[in-house]
Amino acid sequence: MSAGRSLEVRDVAKAFRARGSRGVSVQALRGVSLRVEPGEAVGLVGASGSGKTTLALLVLAAQRPSRGSIFFGETRVERLRGRALRAYRRDVQYVFQDPYAALNPLHTVAYALARPLANLRGLPDRDLPQEAAALLERVGLGPAEQFLPKLPHQLSGGQRQRVVIARALASRPKLLVADEPVSMLDVSLRAEILALLKDLQTSEGLSMLYITHDLLSARVATSRLVVLERGLVVEEGPTVHVLQHPQHPYTRRLIDAVPKLTSGGDVDGVSGGQRAAPGGRTEGGEEPGAGGAGA
Amino acid sequence: MRGAGTRPGGLGPGLAGQAGPPRGPRPPGGLLVLARAIRSLWGDGRARLGMLTILAFVLVAALAPVLAPYSPTNASFADSLGPSARHLLGTTGTGQDVLSQVLYGSRISLLVAMCAGTFATLIAVTVGLLAGYLRGVVEEVLGFATNVMLVIPGLPLMIVLATYVPGRGISVIILVIVLTGWAWGARVLRSQTASLRSRDFVLAAQLSGDRTWRIVFHEILPNMTSLVAASFFAAATAGVLAEAGLEFLGLGNPSTVSWGTMLYWAQNTSALLTGQWIQVFAPGLCIGLLAASLALVNFGVDSLSNPRLRER
Amino acid sequence: MALLEARGVDIVYRPPLGPPILAVRDVSLSVDTGEFVGLVGESGCGKSTLGYALTRMLRPPAHQTGGRVMFDGHDVTDLRGEALRRLRRRGLGLVLQSGMNALNPVRQIGKHFGDVMAGDGSSRRGERQDRMRSLLEQVGLDASVLARYPHELSGGMRQRVAIALVLSLEPRLIVFDEPTTALDVLVQAAVMDTIRSLQRATGFSALMISHDLGLVANATDRIVVMYAGRIVEDRAARTVVTEARHPYTRALLGCYGDPRADSVELRGIPGAPPDLSRQAAGCAYAPRCGLAQERCWQEEPALRRVGEAWVSCHRAEEPEAAPTAEAGPAPGAATVRG
Repeated sequence: MSAGRSLEVRDVAKAFRARGSRGVSVQALRGVSLRVEPGEAVGLVGASGSGKTTLALLVLAAQRPSRGSIFFGETRVERLRGRALRAYRRDVQYVFQDPYAALNPLHTVAYALARPLANLRGLPDRDLPQEAAALLERVGLGPAEQFLPKLPHQLSGGQRQRVVIARALASRPKLLVADEPVSMLDVSLRAEILALLKDLQTSEGLSMLYITHDLLSARVATSRLVVLERGLVVEEGPTVHVLQHPQHPYTRRLIDAVPKLTSGGDVDGVSGGQRAAPGGRTEGGEEPGAGGAGA
Repeated sequence: MRGAGTRPGGLGPGLAGQAGPPRGPRPPGGLLVLARAIRSLWGDGRARLGMLTILAFVLVAALAPVLAPYSPTNASFADSLGPSARHLLGTTGTGQDVLSQVLYGSRISLLVAMCAGTFATLIAVTVGLLAGYLRGVVEEVLGFATNVMLVIPGLPLMIVLATYVPGRGISVIILVIVLTGWAWGARVLRSQTASLRSRDFVLAAQLSGDRTWRIVFHEILPNMTSLVAASFFAAATAGVLAEAGLEFLGLGNPSTVSWGTMLYWAQNTSALLTGQWIQVFAPGLCIGLLAASLALVNFGVDSLSNPRLRER
Repeated sequence: MALLEARGVDIVYRPPLGPPILAVRDVSLSVDTGEFVGLVGESGCGKSTLGYALTRMLRPPAHQTGGRVMFDGHDVTDLRGEALRRLRRRGLGLVLQSGMNALNPVRQIGKHFGDVMAGDGSSRRGERQDRMRSLLEQVGLDASVLARYPHELSGGMRQRVAIALVLSLEPRLIVFDEPTTALDVLVQAAVMDTIRSLQRATGFSALMISHDLGLVANATDRIVVMYAGRIVEDRAARTVVTEARHPYTRALLGCYGDPRADSVELRGIPGAPPDLSRQAAGCAYAPRCGLAQERCWQEEPALRRVGEAWVSCHRAEEPEAAPTAEAGPAPGAATVRG
């Protein structure tokens, strides 16, 4: 147990070649650096097209950066292959955004949990049901016997997301990359999942890279924020500080986009005129895709 | 890490639909999977009709020695007899009992349907999965081969192949049908694989440490069951028709008894001119019925990979 | 007078497998001329099903088994075929979450407008061009998109095109079903603003169906909250935050917060919505409610007048249910602070 490996992303860029068009490439990340200290929860915030999911895939070693490097402790993530990659998978796991797509519709909960237990922890078959049950209890799905034989479509969205989290915990990771883990869930379920993630992070000393466009969830789930716009970090700092004193206009727009219901005064302030102008045409962040395709 | 023996949670992929007990290993068992598939198909009226017709043909083929009044090759009767109590469908121009030939002929057609369907589907699945999942040279080469097979017109190719492949027999016919019949299925399976490959649960399996072969066969393939079944039935249907066509053209072994050779001999002995229309009509109807029933079963395959419809 | 009025609507799903599901039960809802109503609830509460019934778009396995739907004083419940098409052309529009994906990928945007406008026959070519331009301008798009193909536009732009297409028929009522859910946060806010200012400027009536109370409360005049197939609260949007009386509405409000505040507390609602294939006695929300009493388990509360609003809760008038009372989260509710 090397308690204390940090994730360090150093000047990472990633370009995708647009399909069909030779030579034209889309710059998803244009030189991003960030750190996640051991036990820390860092929020990576941005609208769609900001490159946040691309960065997640690079950190997970599911893709390789075009430039720059990623360190997890002493490990050079982008160079991992074979056995070393498998060892890395043990340490860094992923919580998917869409709990409906992240589970194979034809496999039971027991199967989904058994795969990482067998592959990454090397547990023998006879221990798998017991370990899978323990994982389910850990994420608040009890009694486990009731859930293990179920297929994804027999579960609610919140239950599926708990299964996805349980699967991510199976290998006893040190770092969890959570990609919009509550955005597909009903608002009434979000607090439960966020509370679970926060509990895991504090009680088991997990580091977390929490990716979201929703600053409210980032507020309760993280202690530091990194704001990403079109593949570049535009603002960074302690979560409360960034939210209360945003420096970059993009951060301010993200804050404005959060529906605020706490007091009557805010309600009018938010839907006020400044964004309603015909300027909707440009909307800054709206057209990353269209811009690329039209260029 | 471990081989195929790993069956975590005791629930193999084939059994995923079966909410069995969470503990205790239970191997999937091919028969069980087949039974569930049939039960699933049974739910569709058209598929049920198709399966009943196929079952009838299978029974006829199995019981041909019991059902047939004479040996199909017994040529000791008078030529070109009309229907009578002794020969319900009459006799051929070479003095064989037509009914016995029709009954025995079902064996060849079913054999070709099953073999052509199975082997063409095996090739289609292999090529489709590899071309859809892998990137780079493999994808390009397999995709090219598939497209070439798709654009070459089937019947002329079959005729050329059947003429040049040494030997004359049913195995040659099957070989020819398989070689010309896999491409359609491969094309469909390739695009479906490519689409499933980008799904989150495939990335999840990668992150869970699953190896490529396991992802392909345990995550992707089960989600394509209905397409695999569809390509089997389509290939089987095409096989039945192609076999009859090739035999009719005399590219098979004319001494075997099949519906296709019956048509070949009926043509050679000018059966229609002598009023022996039953010799053409009976095997023709059987070919049509078998092909239609295979196609009917194809209507029901959609439910095969839908977990919701699998349940009961 | 109400432009759209539903009375006692019941909708049942009869799936090929399994028991029938009572998706909507005895719902009465009206939208006045020029009014902007938000219909809010969690997934599976029946809000979209109701929206389909109101626009006469229900398809099997869903069936309306009771109640009437009136549009502009006419009973449209049983309209079919041509009469229904006339209703759609002359007054009732629908914008779906997937509307932006309903554009034909091989036709330019201008052609789509041509299709829709050709239907009403009258206008000449030059006039049409002008109308297309002005429609696009209204939804915040440039006339240059007319020559573009759908794939060249972003999701937000395509959803704006979908809205402009509906507007081209000059509807008197537009039902929006989660029109911004598939869009990015920033785009979502901008599209909502466009819808709101269009509604104010043009004066059409609108019903916005959404899972996001926060989003809808900021845009609409009136909020209707649904739970388990029934309406639980119906009140002016500006009083939702301060005066909501139904424990479910208030629990939903607890799921929101201001990320800038000094301390933020997010609450969830424990448990899950009931299984709608079984009809249980009592209030459907009782199992998740912090205020549930004996009576709530036995007797289903009717939707009744409470002050300016309509609420279906036995305890709506009691001080414990007052918005100011700190009833606290229901037992077992998750809370996260930050």
